[in-house]
Amino acid sequence: MSDLNWYMLTLVGKDRSGIVARITQALFVAGGHLGEARMMRLGCNFGVLLMVHFPGQVSDLEHVMQSEADALGLRLHVDAIDPGLHQHVVPDVAVTVYGADRPGIVAQVTGALAEAGLNITDLQTQVGGTEQKPIYGLQLEGVAQNGIEALEQAMQTLKADGIEVRVQPIDVLIG
Amino acid sequence: MEFEILTYPDERLKQASKPVEMFDQALVEWVHAFESFMRTQPGGVGIAAPQVGRFERILIVDVSGRKKTQSNGRMILINLEILEWDGFALGREGCMSVPDYTGNVVRAEQIRYRAQDEYGEWKEYESTGFEARAVQHEADHLDGLLFLDRLVSRKTDLFPRKNYS
Repeated sequence: MSDLNWYMLTLVGKDRSGIVARITQALFVAGGHLGEARMMRLGCNFGVLLMVHFPGQVSDLEHVMQSEADALGLRLHVDAIDPGLHQHVVPDVAVTVYGADRPGIVAQVTGALAEAGLNITDLQTQVGGTEQKPIYGLQLEGVAQNGIEALEQAMQTLKADGIEVRVQPIDVLIG
Repeated sequence: MEFEILTYPDERLKQASKPVEMFDQALVEWVHAFESFMRTQPGGVGIAAPQVGRFERILIVDVSGRKKTQSNGRMILINLEILEWDGFALGREGCMSVPDYTGNVVRAEQIRYRAQDEYGEWKEYESTGFEARAVQHEADHLDGLLFLDRLVSRKTDLFPRKNYS
């Protein structure tokens, strides 16, 4: 499959059951071929990023998907992309953070990690606890370009600020 | 001797392998060449004969080159039998037969096993952690299983919460 005619299709809206099945069916019927995809539910909101190989232009893909998106109450967005498949970066470190929710945790943690050489490959956060006492959890993975010790050192300052941080190597077995 | 890694979706990777019955000079030479090949591969800590199209129960594992890793050193594991499993651990795996794909897999944390070396002599081993994972990963190839058959959610926390009551 050529690197041409690849698109990133983004759909966002209120979650309901059956969205993924209907969207992927509509893409299939329209001649689209899926690459990698990520769906998530954040709060009560649905979001999905779909890499799609499609025989047409951005406007053609928007045209064939718009009615399905409207029917599902979703906002649709399409970008032309370079697929870059088969080039996964293998992360070598995982960082877990949790604490009482407060503004700026993610910026503070990721800022310190970036300065210590972390290239983030995956990140997810979750708000738990109760409305009165929300807690925040963050899990990320990445490549420690300056070594894991540099990240551990950078996290010491955050620990002193009362944020619980764990830095762990990811040992990937290739067998 | 030329070796080529079979890659999924090659159906041959899904077949079970037979025990080795004949221990002769030809086997010794093949195993040593196979070991040299393994050491040229990315990762290079383990390999199973079916990965190169020889459907006999022959594995090689050597994690001794890794820092801070419990190791029995170089192990030629023919006709492997796992005798005991203990605990479980989640870890990230990939495979030479499944390029550009990694995922989380649950394995026993500790295993006791026995196998014959390339001369037919039985030896018994114990492994924990990464080495135990490598042995179990390679052993799966002998039964036509890939790590893809054992994937658990990538969202699952990789690290056990040992202090929880």
